[in-house]
Order: sequence, then C-alpha cells, then structure tokens
Amino acid sequence: MSNSSDTMWRDAMHRLMQNKPAVISGAVLLLIVTLALLAPFIAPHSYSYQNLDLGAVSPNSTFWLGTDTLGRDLFSRILYGARVSLMVGFIATLVALIIGVSWGIIAGYFGGKIDSIMMRFVDILYGLPFIIFIILLMVIFGRNIWLLFLAIGAVEWLTMARIVRGQVLSLRNQEFVLSAIALGVDNISIFFRHILPNILGTIAVYATLTIPQVMLLEAFLSFLGLGVQPPMSSWGTLIRYGVESMEEYPWMLIFPGLIFTITLFSLNFFGDGLRDAIDPRSE
Amino acid sequence: MLKILLNRILIAIPVLLVVASITFFLIRLAPGGPFDSEKAVSPQVLKNLNEAYNLNAPLYEQYISYMSNAISGDFGPSFRYPGRSVSELILTGLPVTLELAFYSIIFAVIIGIVTGVIASIRKNTFLDYFPMSIAMIGICMPTFLLGPLLVLIFGINFELLPVSGWGTLPGDKFLPVITLGAAYAAYIARLSRGGMLETLNQDYIRTAKSKGLSEFQVVIRHALRGGLLPVIAFLGPATAGLIGGSFVVETIFQIPGLGRFYVEAAFNRDYTMILGTTIFFSTLIIIFNLLSDLALLLVNPQARSQT
Repeated sequence: MSNSSDTMWRDAMHRLMQNKPAVISGAVLLLIVTLALLAPFIAPHSYSYQNLDLGAVSPNSTFWLGTDTLGRDLFSRILYGARVSLMVGFIATLVALIIGVSWGIIAGYFGGKIDSIMMRFVDILYGLPFIIFIILLMVIFGRNIWLLFLAIGAVEWLTMARIVRGQVLSLRNQEFVLSAIALGVDNISIFFRHILPNILGTIAVYATLTIPQVMLLEAFLSFLGLGVQPPMSSWGTLIRYGVESMEEYPWMLIFPGLIFTITLFSLNFFGDGLRDAIDPRSE
Repeated sequence: MLKILLNRILIAIPVLLVVASITFFLIRLAPGGPFDSEKAVSPQVLKNLNEAYNLNAPLYEQYISYMSNAISGDFGPSFRYPGRSVSELILTGLPVTLELAFYSIIFAVIIGIVTGVIASIRKNTFLDYFPMSIAMIGICMPTFLLGPLLVLIFGINFELLPVSGWGTLPGDKFLPVITLGAAYAAYIARLSRGGMLETLNQDYIRTAKSKGLSEFQVVIRHALRGGLLPVIAFLGPATAGLIGGSFVVETIFQIPGLGRFYVEAAFNRDYTMILGTTIFFSTLIIIFNLLSDLALLLVNPQARSQT
C-alpha cells in the first residue's frame, strides 16, 4: 500500500518537472516567499520611516524602486507587503480548506439525504453575492485582520466542498472501502486510512488554486480601504496608494501591480501544472 | 421543464427572505447608532431622529414593518441623504450599473467566443498560444489594477479617452467597459476553447465533415451549439461577479452607479442604504442565475431530461 502511493507521488513529481511553465512558476513563487520571509534582513530601508523632505523620488541607486509620497522606500514596502499578502493568502485558504474539506467529506461519505441537503446548501450559497456580505461584515465588525481571514475563508470554501465531496463519493463505493466497512472498521479509521490519503492530491491542487483567489479578494478589499489597515500594508494597499498618485508618480502603481500580477500568474500556472501532474485525466 | 423552473423559484423566495433577515439583524449588531458621527446632537434631537426613523419600536416590530415594506419595494429613508428614500437612490444608480454590466458582458462574450473558437480550430498554433497567454494575464490582472493602468496609458499619456464619468464626454464608456469586461472575456475564451475542443472530437462533427461541409459551416452549424454550453453556464455566476467588479470600476471611473453608492454607504455607515442595496443585489443575482439556468435548459436537451 505505502509502496504504491510512493510511486504515485513520484510519478506526479516527474510529470510536474516536465511541465516547464509550472517549474518556472514554482521557482518564482519560492523566490517571492523566501524574500518575504527574509524581509527584515533584505529590506535596504525601513518600511515605515517617513522622510517628508524627500517625498516621492523616482527609482535610483539608493531607492531601487523609488519612494512614495511620504518618502518611504517602495522596495522595502513591497517586501513587507508580501508578508501580509501571502499570510492572508495562506491563512484564509487554510480556513476555506478546513470548512470545505470537512463539509465535502461528511456529505460524500454519508451520502443520501445528508448529502443532498448539504450540497443543496452549497448550491444556494454559490448563487449569492458574497462580495457584498464581506463588505458588510467589515463595516459592521470593524476592519480586523482575523475577521478578514474568516470572512474570506468562509466564502472560498464552496468549490473545495464540491470537489472533495465528488471524490469521496466515488471512493466510498470502491471495493477496498466497502470491504473495510464490511470488516467492521469504524468510520474514523476508514477515513484516515483509506479516504484521506486518496484525496490529499486533489486537496493540494485546489488549495494552490484557492490561494490566488483569496489574495485577489484581500487586495480588492484593501483597495477599497476595507482590508488590511495601517500601519500594516498589503500589496492591495500599496496599489491603492499607487492609484491615488499615479499621475505624478507612476512607479508607485507599476511596481506593486507588477509583483502582484506575477505572483497571481505563477500561483495559477503552478496550480494548473500540479493538477495535470496529480490527475492526468483531468485535462 | 416548467416544473424545474417553478422549483427553482420556490427555493429562491425563502433564500431571499433569509438573506434579508440576516442582513437586517447583522446591521442592528453594528456598534453605534446611525447618527453617532453627527457632532453634538442634543438628546431631544436624537430622540426625534430615532422616532422619525422608527428606531424606538421593539426590534421585532421594526423587523416586521421593514420586511412588509421591503416586499412592496419600499426600503425606507436613507440615513445619510435626508429626504431621499433608498428605493429612489437605487433607481437612480441601477440604470447606470445595468448599462455598464450589459456593455461589458457583450464585450466579453464577443471577444471571448471569437478568440476561444479560433484558438480551438487552430489548436497548438500561434493563434492558440498567443491569445490564450493574454487571456491568462487577463484572468490574473485584477480590475483595480487594469483600470488605473488603462487610464494611465490611454487617458493620461496619450490623452485618447476621457479618464472618468459616464455618458458626459464622448468615448468615456470605453475604458470602464473594457476594464470590467476583460477578465470575463479571458475566462469565456478559455471556456469556449475547452468546450469546442471537446465537441470537435465528437462523432457527429466527423459525420458533418465527411459530408463535405466546409470547416466554417461545421463550426457554425454543428459545433457551436455544444461547444458553447460551458459559456452559457458561466454567464449566471459571471453576472454576480460583474456586479462585484462594478464596485471597483465605478469607484475608479467615478461612475454614479449602484456599486459606488454601495461602497459610499458602507463608508458612511448609511445602514438603511446598505440593507436596501444588499437585498436588491441579492434579488438581482438570484434572478440572473434563474435566467441562466433557463437558458441552459433551452439549449441543452440532456439537462432537460436529467432532472
């Protein structure tokens, strides 16, 4: 059993390595994550130190990407912004993952009435304008970063629930699970021994594809001024400031926008590559 | 088929009711009253204000009176724009938002389907790779970045198009429509490419080809109907997304639509306005989803027999 699953992962790894766009995207992501983690050691200047006499200067040898209107070094701000944006991306995805996977597993494993009620609920939620509710929540409960994680996670779990439920449903009726049930193995053990190992790949793929969506949502809220609040700043916040002063200081918009787009682009390509590698039939 | 539709409508009504109720009570949870930020209001004035807006009655009474008014389309007075009702504000903004959404979806459908279909017919050539890479960028580039960049390039650098407004200067509708439609054009291009590739492999397409029909006729007469099913299914959720996108586009281009009103209301804590627009948006989106389900049933006989 463990042997065959090792081979499966090795095959997937092999297929992934042959997919050039995915490999390049993966490398880019690794670089961005490393830079974000090492921000305090790499950042050439303080991200919050204001130098009002200096003001906004265009990119030069001291300030590689220029400074903003308050004289803060843009490169350092982008590095620290990466920490916030990526953190929101990962944590909110984790929230979505926990809700979506549990929901999908329960619906798929027990099937029948439970399944149809639970999935009907997901269908209904799919049809609702969630962006409005997130704005509503942020307005009512204040602009708190933990609420932000929860609100975004609570919106993005739906697709995950559908996919996991489909997988579990088909696994549930396969011989090895049926025989385990016939042998009297309890639900928990069946789940951890037989179901979970077989859906891990799918979960990994859709988690990777959920991160860019979550980051997009966070940036959207921060752009509106409802997301991450000062002194913290995410890439969405930086883009917001960039838009405000793009006529005079276009670099304030272009650099944060560029890094944000590159990150989303890489996450999508890497996720697609991962999907093709783990489940070759999906294409 | 009528039964399916009726079924959907019957589900939509309680859903709306629940959404409206949750929003109503959530808003009551909000810290501070709606008149808190007004400076130094005497207790007597505050009392009169609360009375005028029916905030003194017990919560359940307020709820019942609000709901029964809402059903007849009356969402009460706006807290921030004295003398104007929420319904009135919604009706001012709605035509603008609908027009923006309509042009954007037309733009997205035309551009998306044309590039997607061409890419599928010329699979693995330049005509496939190039537009599909652009489409990937279109999906990844958020509206709030694309909009300002377009403004920077076409509005400020080349001074070709107006940078803001809606219907006041010639050509001021181009940039907002492109900004809002771009991501959907990209998505539709990918969907129609995928759908067409699948359909072009079917037996009946081979039959049509072997009858000696030209490639053009095969595509137009036979393949499109099946190949574009994913696009039609996407249009319902897309309208929901378009409305979210219209918030940003209307803010960037200073368009006096519903989305901008909503964002403003959120910042001003104009609770009746938030409540009214939330219910209104939800209704709108549920209706669009119903319409897209209906369209799907009409073009896809399989879906009709399934349920």
